[in-house]
Amino acid sequence: MRHLSYLAVLAGCLLGTAPLELLLATRVYGRPRRLALTLLPVLAVFVAWDLYAISAGHWTFDARGVTGLRLPGRLPLDELLFFLVVPLCAILTLEAVRSVRGWPAGDEPPRDEPAPDDPAPDDPAPDNPVAGDPTAAGNPASGGVG
Amino acid sequence: MSYTELAVLGVAGAVIADLWVLRTRLLTRRIFWVSYAIIIVFQLIANGVLTGFGIVVYNREAILGPRLAYAPVEDLLFGFAMVTWTLSWWIWWGRRDRRRAPPGTTRHVDETE
Repeated sequence: MRHLSYLAVLAGCLLGTAPLELLLATRVYGRPRRLALTLLPVLAVFVAWDLYAISAGHWTFDARGVTGLRLPGRLPLDELLFFLVVPLCAILTLEAVRSVRGWPAGDEPPRDEPAPDDPAPDDPAPDNPVAGDPTAAGNPASGGVG
Repeated sequence: MSYTELAVLGVAGAVIADLWVLRTRLLTRRIFWVSYAIIIVFQLIANGVLTGFGIVVYNREAILGPRLAYAPVEDLLFGFAMVTWTLSWWIWWGRRDRRRAPPGTTRHVDETE
């Protein structure tokens, strides 16, 4: 069983972060296309780095702790999975922070830069604005300033 | 190149990509640093297990020597580069999808597909 040690660490990462998707609606697994497109450049760079490091002897793997399955370039399968699992957990964390705090991350719909000819899209023209009515204030939705 | 040199290069590359190539500018945002503060805790734990139990073994000639939670300090740079590179691309694709959506159809954060 010890040869599953590396995989067990990765499984722990996945299990530990899964509640974020379920409870905080991070919608990372829920956007598989965006997730795959994100993981591609991560794999490209970090698998290349890993292949170089393995060939240069920067690090080695204890045969007792990994599955033993090696991909081309002597890349352990465990390492390939690492470069999928850890980035996925990082994205889940970012989206969880966004869900909880509402801080902007830079991919929100453009509503902070109102176009001059764009008449307040949020408010359906109040017919009889009442003084002190908070809905008449054109108040942008909550979400914090960043 | 040593792991040390590559790790510094990796951080530089990720920072350049975020600020000037992808222009996601996550490094200027609070959400990134709060997320990273959370991630680094779990990174130290997971990495500590992988190195502490000797599953991954580092060549002493490729690293500086100082270690944090069993892992060489270079791993902090490696992790930072990977997290920054990952999250920048995540935001970059999100931004692209948002632009593709017809304007005015999405009102609030997080509703883009």
